[in-house]
Amino acid sequence: MGEYIVELSKYFICGMMVLYTISCLYAFRYAGDGGKRPVYVIQNILMFLIQTLCFVNLILVSRGSVTYLFEESSTGAYSNSVLYLFLFAFVEVFLLAVLLLVPAIYENCNRQLLNNMCMLLGIGLMMISRLSYLRAIKQYVIVLVSLIVSLLIPFIFSRVRFLKRITWLYAAVGIVLLSAVLIMGEVTRGSNISVEIAGLSFQPSEFVKIIFIFFLAGALWEDTSFLRVALTAVLAGIHVIVLVLSKDLGGALIFFIAYVLMVFVATRNYLYLLTGVLGGSGAAVAAYRLFAHVRVRVLAWQNPWSYIDNQGYQITQSLFAVGSGSWFGMGLLKGDPNVIPFVSADFIFSSICEELGVVFGICLILVCVSCFITIMQIALRINDRFYQLIVYGIGAMYIFQIFLTIGGGIKFIPLTGVTLPFISYGGSSVMSTMMMFFIIQGIYIRLEQEGGAHSGRTGRH
Amino acid sequence: MAEQEGIKRVGKKSRRKKRVNNFHEIVLTMCLFGVLFLCMSVYLVHFVATSEQDMINNSYNSRQEILLSRNYRGSIYSRDGEVLAETVMDEGQNETRVYPFSNLFSHIVGYSTQGRMGVEAMANYYLINTNTSINNKVANDMAGVKNPGDNVYTTLDVQIQQVADEQLSIYKGAVIVTEVSTGRVLALISHPDFDPNEISEIWEDLLEDENSSVLLNRATQGLYPPGSTFKIITALEYFRENPKSYNSYSYQCNGSYRRGESRINCYHGTNHGTVGFESSFAKSCNSSFANIGMLLDREKFQSTLDDLLFGKELPLTLNYAKSMAEVSGEMTEDAMIQTSIGQGRTQITPIHLNMLTCAIANKGTLMKPYVIDRVENDAGSVVKSFKPSSYGRLMTEEEAGLLSGLMTSVVENGTATKLKGLDYTAAGKTGSAEYNNVKGDSHAWFTGFAPVEDPEVCVTIIVEGAGSGGDYAVPIARRLFDAYFREKAVISQEVAQ
Repeated sequence: MGEYIVELSKYFICGMMVLYTISCLYAFRYAGDGGKRPVYVIQNILMFLIQTLCFVNLILVSRGSVTYLFEESSTGAYSNSVLYLFLFAFVEVFLLAVLLLVPAIYENCNRQLLNNMCMLLGIGLMMISRLSYLRAIKQYVIVLVSLIVSLLIPFIFSRVRFLKRITWLYAAVGIVLLSAVLIMGEVTRGSNISVEIAGLSFQPSEFVKIIFIFFLAGALWEDTSFLRVALTAVLAGIHVIVLVLSKDLGGALIFFIAYVLMVFVATRNYLYLLTGVLGGSGAAVAAYRLFAHVRVRVLAWQNPWSYIDNQGYQITQSLFAVGSGSWFGMGLLKGDPNVIPFVSADFIFSSICEELGVVFGICLILVCVSCFITIMQIALRINDRFYQLIVYGIGAMYIFQIFLTIGGGIKFIPLTGVTLPFISYGGSSVMSTMMMFFIIQGIYIRLEQEGGAHSGRTGRH
Repeated sequence: MAEQEGIKRVGKKSRRKKRVNNFHEIVLTMCLFGVLFLCMSVYLVHFVATSEQDMINNSYNSRQEILLSRNYRGSIYSRDGEVLAETVMDEGQNETRVYPFSNLFSHIVGYSTQGRMGVEAMANYYLINTNTSINNKVANDMAGVKNPGDNVYTTLDVQIQQVADEQLSIYKGAVIVTEVSTGRVLALISHPDFDPNEISEIWEDLLEDENSSVLLNRATQGLYPPGSTFKIITALEYFRENPKSYNSYSYQCNGSYRRGESRINCYHGTNHGTVGFESSFAKSCNSSFANIGMLLDREKFQSTLDDLLFGKELPLTLNYAKSMAEVSGEMTEDAMIQTSIGQGRTQITPIHLNMLTCAIANKGTLMKPYVIDRVENDAGSVVKSFKPSSYGRLMTEEEAGLLSGLMTSVVENGTATKLKGLDYTAAGKTGSAEYNNVKGDSHAWFTGFAPVEDPEVCVTIIVEGAGSGGDYAVPIARRLFDAYFREKAVISQEVAQ
């Protein structure tokens, strides 16, 4: 009986993911309405169905001796299935709480964004549970803390008025934090990007991303003179250089792209975009010449099969995972994603493709893209340039990071080792991304309130 | 579509309210990322569609072991359903791979422990995957036994393979028999061979024995001097350069050819007298072909060699070696003379020569040779079947017709008259390739097809160190043609009944 469910649920999961994706595209019709459309309820139902099927799969399949659960050889009193059952309960209660709580507190929140966030978080927590039980528990706790922190953000946004006025403080804090990491940070896999505080490893660059966006928005919202752009270029450049020195290439790229795009949209000057693209290409060539570890990445990208035993190992293992999974995946717990180094952080997309299939993977990409489009739609409605730039910057950073991590994992571009927002294991990453989404929610709620007042729309009372 | 619609609607709405002044810049950003993600998704789909098998077959991929821990290896069958390889299980569920024909299919079916070779390697993905019914899967799951892997049906013919094996006898060498119109490989032999049932026991010995290189599949990986069989190509080039006047070619052979310091002899110093284009080919006159070689435009010759895939990738899934043949302006006259008669640095694999012969027989179009006909699940329903596919045209129909005529004359009144006067007509070219400078040491070649009117089967034979192709390779060809037509008659009789 179990085998039937496992075989069939593979296709059901894929099918429901496709439906969910279609519903995301369909929901663009209500762009900016945010209200209680039936499509949002359907999305929630689909999400819980996908979650249920995935966890049922995990519970049924792990019944045997198959166990990828424990990194340490601890033997608990519970069987794996029972552990999955507990995790399943935790995750669903959490998602249900988010979906009920957030609209209850913030009536005007954007449902589309909220639903997608829950969908991605759910897939991430489920996949991390499959990869490593211990990590799943850690991630779960962090997600819970992140939610509590993030829930305050829209409230703060409606009260605090000095955000526009502390531009240079943002830059100073950002640079100081990044430099501090560079100097005292412990070295994790060849890049100094994390520091340990009170036993918790923590990546400041994830939070500096937010500060950096605030800095650029503050610097460019009213003054877009050449002098101002040049000044921000210097400060943004320092950020990027410090990141490059920390060997955090992915982070450096994300900061750089965010800078170029935000300047472009703030100044509406195509010359800056062109200069940025050319300058970026020049810098990339220079980095390739200067840093051995950049050359290694490019080499491993161009021909990973020749370096399969060392530099190409990660990427070839990732390609094996995606290729072996094929369209509908090998089934949860039926693949071997744990052979990919850092699978739960950098290569979680490959493990999803391996076990749930590439069709599911492409739907996942589309859901992320739909998040991006929703964010841009919100940006398009904001007349206050400061807030518009913040929303725009977050959107650009978000989508570019997804491009880097997925593109790197499937050998579309060289590997940079960044996380997949909301899905990857990593506390700093999930917390900062959730904060970003709630910043957008905060701005959106303000917009809805103002918009409701100005245009006399009926709202949703 | 829906995305654009969304943008439009927002646009409309904003216009009503006064659109933000950087509307275009933001929309441009969306489009840029849209294109980026579109490219990435297309790349991903393309990757999965084209490389799934390569990914699973790669020996670095740990998922092979996962599949093997759930499924046992499927069987390999000949084209009429005889078992060539199967996995046998004892009471303790211990698996043994059994090859009922022992040495007979050693290279083409190969082995699956100690690495993989032949069909075992090519079809590995199918053999370790299962498409058994879900009911079986559930039943096997309950019983705690493995699922049966899918079975692979090859194009190989046991009878013809046996004849080829017997005929090659104790000689080293290779035999390939293919179907002209489809590219199906009916038989493929490489001697010396080994018993794949004992591969683990004999593995160390095989690796140590460097002289006989038993593991080398001579049919696809053996590089031999083509000798006179290369005259097919020299003749083709002469015809290409002299399409109207080729038939008025004439040469006075006195048993050897001299030019400057270089000198070559006809086989056994035979004096062929006055020869034309066709009789030079039929009698395999080295002196005349050396003379032809000197008349050729080297640049054009090189492009013909490129057309015929020398030094190029072949459309083969089996492991093979690349043939070598080069002519260039800088080459010495001696080297050019040697090349024209298939000696010197020129080297070819038997499978490549077989493919060229097939293309000639098939009016210039090369069919890709293939060994795996179809994949079935344990219940016999077809999972995947492979259709004949064309690689493309190697030469025009007219050129193929000319070469076919020349090869017929070899049988009619040349070096392969042992194939004359049979129930069927045959065409081909012999070769006696000298492989070291000691006289008489030559590999016997024959490559040809039958029947001439409507070619069905193509054979290529090399017998190492045997002597002349006419004496040692042609008789083997005759036995193979005999076997092919005998079996065809039996089959058509069965059909008639």
